[in-house]
Amino acid sequence: MSIELDFSKKLKGFVLRVKLSAGDERIGILGASGSGKSMTLKCVAGVETPDEGTIVIDGVTVFDSARRIDVRPQRRKAGFLFQNYALFPTMTVAENIGIAARGKGGRERESLVSDAIRRMGLEGLERSMPSRLSGGQQQRTALARILASEPAILMLDEPLSALDSHLRSSVERELADFMGRFAGTTLFVSHDRDELYRACDRIAVLDGGELIGARDKRELFANPLTVTAARLSGCKNLARAVRVGDKRIYVPDWNLALVTASEVEREVAWVGVHGHHIRGAVRGEKVNCFEFNVDRRDSAPFSVSEYITATREAPGITRPLCRDYPIGVDEPEVNERVYCLPPEKLLLLRE
Amino acid sequence: MGSRCADMDWSPLAISLKTSLVATAFALALGVLAAWGIQPLSGRLRAALDVLFTLPMVLPPTVLGFALLILLGRNGPIGKAFLALGFRIVFSWAATVIAAAVVAFPLVYRTLRASIEQIDPSIPNAARTLGLSESGIFWRVALPMSVPGLIAGSVLAFARALGEFGATLMVAGNIPGRTATIPIAIYFASEGGDDRRALAWVLIVMAISFIVIFAMNLADGRSRR
Repeated sequence: MSIELDFSKKLKGFVLRVKLSAGDERIGILGASGSGKSMTLKCVAGVETPDEGTIVIDGVTVFDSARRIDVRPQRRKAGFLFQNYALFPTMTVAENIGIAARGKGGRERESLVSDAIRRMGLEGLERSMPSRLSGGQQQRTALARILASEPAILMLDEPLSALDSHLRSSVERELADFMGRFAGTTLFVSHDRDELYRACDRIAVLDGGELIGARDKRELFANPLTVTAARLSGCKNLARAVRVGDKRIYVPDWNLALVTASEVEREVAWVGVHGHHIRGAVRGEKVNCFEFNVDRRDSAPFSVSEYITATREAPGITRPLCRDYPIGVDEPEVNERVYCLPPEKLLLLRE
Repeated sequence: MGSRCADMDWSPLAISLKTSLVATAFALALGVLAAWGIQPLSGRLRAALDVLFTLPMVLPPTVLGFALLILLGRNGPIGKAFLALGFRIVFSWAATVIAAAVVAFPLVYRTLRASIEQIDPSIPNAARTLGLSESGIFWRVALPMSVPGLIAGSVLAFARALGEFGATLMVAGNIPGRTATIPIAIYFASEGGDDRRALAWVLIVMAISFIVIFAMNLADGRSRR
């Protein structure tokens, strides 16, 4: 099973361009809200139509604008888990699942439904109405319904964001089990990088309407390449950088001249550094170590965020950097400290 | 007063109730079919049909009455066909039903369409990805979800059918015991100076309308809880 996506669609304010191919693996799609993530899935499912391009599911071309192919969503074999699960409110759990197995013979249909109910642990809830179910049970019903429709690929649209936080981790585990047993391609859309990191093998970033390829998730977080990818991967400190040497940049916003570990390529326009990578300088350490003023400290239950600005006198305004460290690593309450931005931790980013 | 009640002709009540019930049933069936028929369409055709289905609600009843006379009359396409079968539609009880059904139909159609449009689009989209046909989505998902709207629309349609006067008078006339509905009885009683009789019918219509709307609000409140 596989998918080959290469299409574009004009949306309000931007053009969505998707180019992605995947085999039997779990692909995460990371993007801010309104970036076109859901639209991407809807185009694959066939409930929205791209303006141009091709969509191939399992070797079958289901959309090709040039050849005027547009297979109806009913025939695309694309299982779609909606954010709010979209159960049919006038049908019981069993009816919700049964309707997905329509068109099958009575015997086969019955076994499909009972199999789906058993696999999703819905025994005893067959006659319940969706409004009586908890969020987790609703999701299991929606998954059982997808199971009964025997899809070739699976698409999940922010499946956990409608849940209360105390339910989320248990439902997320159930979903992970489900995805683990699913044999085909899975597309998992979310704005939550941690969720995607746990659930997926590879992650694609939707950046300015463009989704070009998926990268290994470890690689993506270690080296996001673009400023949007860095922002989405959780990097709080991002600033424009000016190349001043092979391995040197100047960052006006922070008023810092920094040394980098790798060569600064021409297209590098931004630099980023994770808050937890900024550390106190070791005695005698010089490279990328500067005196900072601590402007403010914000405490979370288990960590502290510290906002720091370079003390060197210079024209212009310096924007504070955010430094994170766990509570317990008690730092003295001095307001002037020497911190180090390790060169190998600097993210060199394209626009 | 008792003697007056005794010599009152009660047939308009029976005719009105019977006419309104049958007309509501027709309006309900046609309203559902119209909503179903319009649903796969888009663009201008859909907009044009939507206007056509709504027109009877806003046109003056006399305009409808005249149009119905042309269609159902001796030389009209429908009237002629039925005449060939030995049945004259105009000035029959069937004409009161047709007139009432035509004016009541848009109320069913529009309330149903509004309830269907309120359904979260992810529900029909989920149905599509699960393999349900567009027709299947209408009959098995959208329509059952719109039952409260359908009931509300039917009640409004019943109330409207009960009050139908202008078109009914033009196509069905005032034949006591056959086509004379309450509104027509009121008009002719008032015309003939029999104000007591007119007032009695007015109070009866008000009572029926009150009960119907009250029952609808009660049912609506219960379904919301």
